[in-house]
Amino acid sequence: MKSIINRKNITRLAVAVAIWAVIALLMATGIMSRSLQSLTIKICYYVMLTLSLDLIVGYLGDLSLGHAAFYAVGGYAGGAFALYTNLPFIPTFILALLIGGVVAAIVGFLISKSILKLRGDYLAIVTLAFGEFIRSFVKIIRGLGGTKGLIGIESYSSRIVGFSLSYIVVLLVIIAIYNFTHSRYGRAVTAIRDNAIAVESVGIDIKKMKVLVFTISSFIAGMAGVLFGFYKTTLNPSDFTYNLSIEVLVMVVLGGMGSIRGSVIASVVIVALPELLRGASDYRMLIYAVALIAMMMFKSNPKLVKYTERLGAAVDNLKKSLTRKAVSDKPSSGGVSK
Amino acid sequence: MSLLKVQNLGITFGGLKAVDNLSLEIEKNELYGLIGPNGAGKTTVFNMLTGVYKPTTGEFFLNGENLTGKSSIEINRKGIARTFQNIRLFGKMTVADNVMVGLYNQMHYNLVDGLLRSPKYFADEKEFSKRADELLAVFDLYDDRDTLASNLPYGKQRKLEIARALATSPKLLLLDEPAAGMNPNETAELMKTIRFVREKFDMTILLIEHDMKLVMGICERVTVLNFGTELAAGKTSVALNNPQVIKAYLGDD
Amino acid sequence: MQMLISTIIDGLNLGSVYALVALGYSMVYGIAKMLNFAHGDVIMVGIYAIFVCLQMSSLPVWITAIVCVAVCALLGFTVEKLAYKPLRDSTPLSVLITAIGVSYLLQNVALLIFKSDRKFLQKFIDLGSVSIGDIEIPKISFVIWGTTLVIMIGLDIFIKNTKMGRAMLAVSEDKGAAQLMGVNVNSTISLTFVIGSALAGVAAILYAAKYKNVDPYTGSVFGIKAFAAAVFGGIGSIPGALIGGFTLGLIEALTIGFLPDTLTAASDGVAYALLIIMLILKPSGLLGKKKIEKV
Repeated sequence: MKSIINRKNITRLAVAVAIWAVIALLMATGIMSRSLQSLTIKICYYVMLTLSLDLIVGYLGDLSLGHAAFYAVGGYAGGAFALYTNLPFIPTFILALLIGGVVAAIVGFLISKSILKLRGDYLAIVTLAFGEFIRSFVKIIRGLGGTKGLIGIESYSSRIVGFSLSYIVVLLVIIAIYNFTHSRYGRAVTAIRDNAIAVESVGIDIKKMKVLVFTISSFIAGMAGVLFGFYKTTLNPSDFTYNLSIEVLVMVVLGGMGSIRGSVIASVVIVALPELLRGASDYRMLIYAVALIAMMMFKSNPKLVKYTERLGAAVDNLKKSLTRKAVSDKPSSGGVSK
Repeated sequence: MSLLKVQNLGITFGGLKAVDNLSLEIEKNELYGLIGPNGAGKTTVFNMLTGVYKPTTGEFFLNGENLTGKSSIEINRKGIARTFQNIRLFGKMTVADNVMVGLYNQMHYNLVDGLLRSPKYFADEKEFSKRADELLAVFDLYDDRDTLASNLPYGKQRKLEIARALATSPKLLLLDEPAAGMNPNETAELMKTIRFVREKFDMTILLIEHDMKLVMGICERVTVLNFGTELAAGKTSVALNNPQVIKAYLGDD
Repeated sequence: MQMLISTIIDGLNLGSVYALVALGYSMVYGIAKMLNFAHGDVIMVGIYAIFVCLQMSSLPVWITAIVCVAVCALLGFTVEKLAYKPLRDSTPLSVLITAIGVSYLLQNVALLIFKSDRKFLQKFIDLGSVSIGDIEIPKISFVIWGTTLVIMIGLDIFIKNTKMGRAMLAVSEDKGAAQLMGVNVNSTISLTFVIGSALAGVAAILYAAKYKNVDPYTGSVFGIKAFAAAVFGGIGSIPGALIGGFTLGLIEALTIGFLPDTLTAASDGVAYALLIIMLILKPSGLLGKKKIEKV
């Protein structure tokens, strides 16, 4: 009988805790510079954004260019809650996270429900329009600070606390997404990407699945927005532009689309790289653009794809033969008779 | 009562009658053929029977229940499953997962079970991946279970489509040119498989096919379509020897 | 009243330029079946081309204009050849992402060369204005309206009456069938990009003459709205692009002109809201055709 508690999962948990411990230690001892410390928090909410967009782009196969909208909605909802209530920090944080997620999810649900008929380019453009609409809308709401922004959200008491809380949230999100993609729902969603008509022919309601994906994705993006709010303590409409949606899309694409590990790695690298290589910051966006185009060319060149598949297979074989060797080496290691 | 009853079914596209006044009845456990020259409207009939197109006239019933105008999803849930002429697999998913998608509606666990991996999730996944493996074994696909569907050779892709359709546990299976692109050996093997499927799953099968050897070999009755109307119907050997049918296939000369 | 009329004139100016740009989107979408996200950025490049010509002074206006159109057409041609053509047979998602990449690339190259500050083109085409009663109409408006109408009609005639134009129609209906009938699909698509981008060049001239400023993002914001106009009127339809462009231009001018100050920050939002509502209610646009996927 399979269950959640098995050796593999315990190892995974141990690795996650170890990563946290190392980073926290580096922070506590001051070995990590302040800007690097902030970077760890930034990476957390970017990973969430990328993973949530990957659900839509990589798994469902639809293009959303308005992901910043859900991030904004969540951030503002959670931020406003934190600003206008007076609870101790931890309950504020947890409630804000949930409120941000839920409000974003509701918006995601409503939007996806109304644009179900649209596909491909039309969906892309309507999500883009929605993202920009939300941004304009926020500008005229006085309670949310208008064009000046929402100022004075309570911040983490220290960067370690901020990182630790964000890290826990990210881990939970990764587990949830992993479980989702390996459930019957996740399979149905991936199948829609590959062939929507065939999915209907086996009796699965595509529309429900799409709404489900958009809702889950917005929930996660909303929570990422809340983490962003607590980190930055101010929220401004200019934080949520079309450029952000594209930046996250770049991470999804470079992460390989439809790959949790890829999304995580791509967001860590893309967020960390410009901070580590300060000089290249002028060229950052340029590099993104070239990377996007190159990735697509690569993907649609059958020769190159075949080549990498063969490379992957070769690596797998190598791994297999190495482990086999390790196993077969064991008995013979006792008697070296040659 | 017959399993599938089609009454005066017809559809018009922009003034053109693609299918006109088609009636047929298929008995339980029967193997029925729908044949005719290219463009005769065979696939259009399938599309109406599976809810892809809404018929302009007529009705059809499964086990006496009127399914006319219902959506693809509902119709599949009521018990009609199909394959496609131009194969529609989930190419970037494994062979096993293709069948698992077909089993979707029979699994019980809900979203929360899935997200939290409750015992129900594990029980269900275990049970149904066993079921998927059994289905794959029927079609000799078990050894390919972890291959991506798009990497399968053509003949196996057609089989996988049948396996996926069967996974929805239908009462009626519609096969759209199952032997297309197969060599004679593969076709002979496919005939065996189709017969086997009928016996093992007590299945009723309606198939479109161009390969006359296959049609004569396994179909008890056929309907011959030409330009959207019925040219002949009845016992396979009789219908195929109808002079009008011969004329439609060979031309006027 | 005076205010209303001058607002409407503003709207018509804006609408004309939107219509021209929308037409470019529409043509490429209709024929190459792709949303050329970079189309708006081609305009931006065109305006910078004008800016560079002005810097070199002494060039007559008509040479500047030709340079602008030529730069745009060449850019469109190159982008199609280098970035889009290799992807002709891949998924729509890949093509769309590539187009976004190209858009992003053009913006950031411009950003590197010209920096992010807004450049002004005061010297470019200054015609003054005529007065009709109390109402002053800038003469450039007539140029804008006239150019747009001439181009619309010219393009319509071109597509319906020349061999090239009919080849375009054939490719837009069915690429495979057109190829079998002896139409050179690749060169037809190339030509579409060249014409579409040349239209963007004309739009760049009109934009520069009227608004006299540019920054690296000018094109993308303008382009997205123009695409909204194309979708609004129905992709693939010339009159649709015209109606969509003018509708959007008028609505935008009216909201900026008449909304209370506290709400003008959201004026862009109106265009976007309009697009969203339009797409929800009628996904194929006002004059667009509905497509059915074959099973």
